[in-house]
Amino acid sequence: MRNSQAAIRIERLNVRRGGRLVLPELSIDIRRGIVTGLLGPSGSGKTTLMRAIVGVQIVESGDVLVLGEPAGTESLRRRIGYVTQDPSVYADLTVRQNLHYFARILAVPDTRVDEAIEAVDLGGHEAQLVRTLSGGETSRVSLATALLGKPELLVLDEPTVGLDPVLRRDLWNMFHELAAQGTTLLVSSHVMDEADRCDDLVLLRNGRVVATGSPSELRDETHTEDLEDAFLTLAEATT
Amino acid sequence: MTPRITLATAGRVLRQLRHDRRTIALVLFVPPLLLTLFKYVFYGQEATFNRIGPPLVGLFPFVSMFLVTSIAMLRERTTGTLERLMSLPLAKLDILLGYGLAFTLLAIVQATLTSIVAFGLLGLETAGPVWLIVALAAGNALLGMALGLFLSAFAQTEFQAVQFMPAFVLPQILLCGLLVPRDKMAQLLEWISDFLPLTYAYEALALATADDLDTELAVDALVVAGCIVLALVLGATTLRRRTA
Repeated sequence: MRNSQAAIRIERLNVRRGGRLVLPELSIDIRRGIVTGLLGPSGSGKTTLMRAIVGVQIVESGDVLVLGEPAGTESLRRRIGYVTQDPSVYADLTVRQNLHYFARILAVPDTRVDEAIEAVDLGGHEAQLVRTLSGGETSRVSLATALLGKPELLVLDEPTVGLDPVLRRDLWNMFHELAAQGTTLLVSSHVMDEADRCDDLVLLRNGRVVATGSPSELRDETHTEDLEDAFLTLAEATT
Repeated sequence: MTPRITLATAGRVLRQLRHDRRTIALVLFVPPLLLTLFKYVFYGQEATFNRIGPPLVGLFPFVSMFLVTSIAMLRERTTGTLERLMSLPLAKLDILLGYGLAFTLLAIVQATLTSIVAFGLLGLETAGPVWLIVALAAGNALLGMALGLFLSAFAQTEFQAVQFMPAFVLPQILLCGLLVPRDKMAQLLEWISDFLPLTYAYEALALATADDLDTELAVDALVVAGCIVLALVLGATTLRRRTA
């Protein structure tokens, strides 16, 4: 399923970490303007693949084309929002001070700070030190930071871990709203029940793409009702 | 590099400090307290106190800012905020100068307060101008900050970073001529001290204290400035856009 409208285009990517080839000869296209779920067990290479797309991972070989430019290109830094798995915000600053700093770097107006706080439902916590927030709240500060610059591509590494179901639903709704406005989202998860919320899925195992397609396509392909079963069927078929 | 981002970074570093009042108190009040201690340790030996007192005022900021920066940068490296910054449209120089600006400001406050206590209350005497000692102190703070930033790349934990202080700072203080004139030291040690930045920082301070304001002082100050640039360049090489 090669697509000329691909937001991300990866061709024979090889990444070695600690002497081990964690992504061997990986090729994949990610479509524009939809939510693509990157699913796979812990250690399957999800984070490494995302880091390669964002351009912070040293890669051994292969091509990674993001929004039409090679990953890591300077002009891409403004067009990509990246949220790491561990919230990378300043614990010794308040929520607002954190966002304010990143807003300055991105040269966006201060009104974006309020909008981002609103988007992740952190209203009322603005003046609180991040150190005193819960884990889920802290990861939402990190997410808000990535929303500030209204990036064309959002790369979110397990953004919904530790969140209550209501909030999780709200965030997924927001992801789809952003996609409807033209943002491309790549969201990783190791929880299969989130797979159904994605438009497209990429199933990763041991650094290899086990399957791609929409949730219903994967169900049809494997003759299963449950995506967890579909993953198992596909994983066993490739080993 | 963008002035807007450099200033935002300096402001952010200072805001982080403001939420850590205990560190500010330690940075500001420990040097005056130590100088008070020195005065009474050398009680009745005014000459000794007047010889090492003024250079100490100018060397404290080097030690403080070295420590504060190495821990602060280590945290940026381990919590992932540095990786986030490196994925954003910000230049490495914005980080370096942002930190430099924030900690130089803090160092100027520190050196001014220490000077007021030392020259005002403790009766420390100097033939040279006090403002020059404060100015040299600011430069030493920048040197400490730049070295701390560079060395933080070689520490994995805060325990290790703290040990860099006895490993890299203490030997320089021992060899810089503050305690024993360098020409009285063993030849080998004197040669080593020729290559240590703090040697020139101390010499400049000693000359300023003696009101010996000629080219020798300017040369020392230039060597320190060169060391700052070198340390900043080395520091910049440890800020990587891509990591393994």
